[in-house]
Amino acid sequence: MVQANPGQGASHAKVQFGYHRHGDQDRAAPAEHPVVVVGAGPVGLSLAIDLAQRGHAVVVVDDADRIGEGSRAICFSKRSLDYWDRLGVGDRMVDKGVVWNVGRIFHGPSELYQFNLLPEPGHKRPAFINLQQFYAEAYLVDRVTQLPAISLRWRNKVTALEQRNDRAVLTIETPDGPYRLSAQYVIACDGARSSLRQMVGAGFSGKVFEDQFLIADVKMTAEFPTERWFWFDPPFHAGRSALLHRQPDDVWRIDLQLTPDCDPAEEKKPENVRPRIARMLGHDKFDFEWISLYKFQCRRMERFIHGRVIFAGDSAHQVSPFGARGANSGLEDAENLSWKLDRVLRGTSPSGLLETYHIERSAAADENIRESTRSTDFMAPVSAQEARLRKAVLALAKETEFGKRMVNGGRLSVPSVYETPLSTADADAWQGGPCPGTSMLDAPLKAADGRHLHLTDAFNAEGRRFTLLSFANSEDVDAPEEVGVIRIGGSDGLDDAEGFAGKRYGAAAGTSYLLRPDGYVAARFRHPTRADIAAAVARASGLN
Amino acid sequence: MPLSTASNFAKPDDAFRAIVEAHRGLSEKDSADLDAALVLILSNHIGDIGVLREAITLAKRRMIDAGQQQQQQQQ
Repeated sequence: MVQANPGQGASHAKVQFGYHRHGDQDRAAPAEHPVVVVGAGPVGLSLAIDLAQRGHAVVVVDDADRIGEGSRAICFSKRSLDYWDRLGVGDRMVDKGVVWNVGRIFHGPSELYQFNLLPEPGHKRPAFINLQQFYAEAYLVDRVTQLPAISLRWRNKVTALEQRNDRAVLTIETPDGPYRLSAQYVIACDGARSSLRQMVGAGFSGKVFEDQFLIADVKMTAEFPTERWFWFDPPFHAGRSALLHRQPDDVWRIDLQLTPDCDPAEEKKPENVRPRIARMLGHDKFDFEWISLYKFQCRRMERFIHGRVIFAGDSAHQVSPFGARGANSGLEDAENLSWKLDRVLRGTSPSGLLETYHIERSAAADENIRESTRSTDFMAPVSAQEARLRKAVLALAKETEFGKRMVNGGRLSVPSVYETPLSTADADAWQGGPCPGTSMLDAPLKAADGRHLHLTDAFNAEGRRFTLLSFANSEDVDAPEEVGVIRIGGSDGLDDAEGFAGKRYGAAAGTSYLLRPDGYVAARFRHPTRADIAAAVARASGLN
Repeated sequence: MPLSTASNFAKPDDAFRAIVEAHRGLSEKDSADLDAALVLILSNHIGDIGVLREAITLAKRRMIDAGQQQQQQQQ
């Protein structure tokens, strides 16, 4: 088992892996593989696990042999945790992570307002956990080692790409020299500075924010509560913004906004960072884990699919960090892509299904970019009048509800809603419940043997395929064989003892939701026939 | 509901006067701060993004018209 090793200081690897020569390197002709994933970050590893669980052989290559360096995600959303549950790593993430629900916004020395993200009871997973990215990666690597279908190859750097009609051929540099791999599909999860993106000749344009931010992880035993604290114009950092957030192991993430004209090399020196943070914390009893300084960019590729190369995560889109939309949106990419790729590789769906990955996830990227751009603009107004409007909002927030709601210290990631050709439009009348194109909602249930479980557990148990969520009561639903069924109510169904499921899904006897393999609602019906369900499955599979 | 440009105040002079008086004695900067707060408060009261957008368009068009007039006078 991989042991992540915190507390070694900023420049040390958290987990070190070895390079191993693979048989593919001895072959004269490129070895043929269905899928090669480039990049062993959270997105690439999750995608590889998902595909392996669906029965596909996956090669993962990464140019490094360690994890733990570079700028890192810390906030993982409920949606990501639900996904990691499906990949068999959810419990480890949540056990190690810090659960938080409360955020506070300050202006100057005083608190403007607080928010609570814990919306309602009856969900398996919390709204967010904070967890250092290196732990997430280490747990994912552990899971990978349990799956013989995945060949994970460190110090394998892609140096060239050749696109053919039905495959892509990669040239890979290793400590033993170069070799070539042929793949039906290459998934580029190689980060914001993606080399694959350059190889396909795609642009990556968008908005660069002038203000620089200092990101520091400090270790200390603090009496701060487990909350997200955000300051506008704090006494310890006049005229700028600051963020304080707790991570496991007594580590705290601190973001400090700096001026656009500061000198990165100077600002990054611990002797210059220390007094700033000491002013923020009111003491200097802390150690640095990691310091980084950067400018934010909000941008995306125009197309996420280039021939046989498909981009996911930061390689395809980049956002500012206020809103936890980076890693979480990358994981949504992985989840969206893997079931579609599975069907295309099996030949049960045409390759056109992959185009809906681009449609759905590029729209999600636009939404994430819009939200994070607004947050960043609010934190760093670009003109005197913008600054004036922000000042007015902050002043009004002290005494008005509408002012509070206009204060933008980051809008936290929620699952995207897809306008997609895979959805079947509602034909029945609905009051409430998730409409087609939205993510499934969780609810607590009870099995016939008295065991407590959640709807997300029941979905995982059905094998993450097309699944009909059926509020059976007196009626039996006739579902096609390939479709899993979760029955709630009736003599043999799961017991919705607390009534959450029925309420959240606006259900009556006969109500049925068709869930896609990624847990999104494809269609819903009041009293479906077998033909209704089959047609909706066909549509969601890209078959018409 | 579209933006109403009919005269809505029983006594329009009172409304204009109230705004003017709020600005009396203020520096340019303080006046601008006051306007910013006022715009936000009134926008929220209207609470209709369509009406707000129409109002912004109308206000911007007046600015463009005024700019063109000025240019013509200079020529």
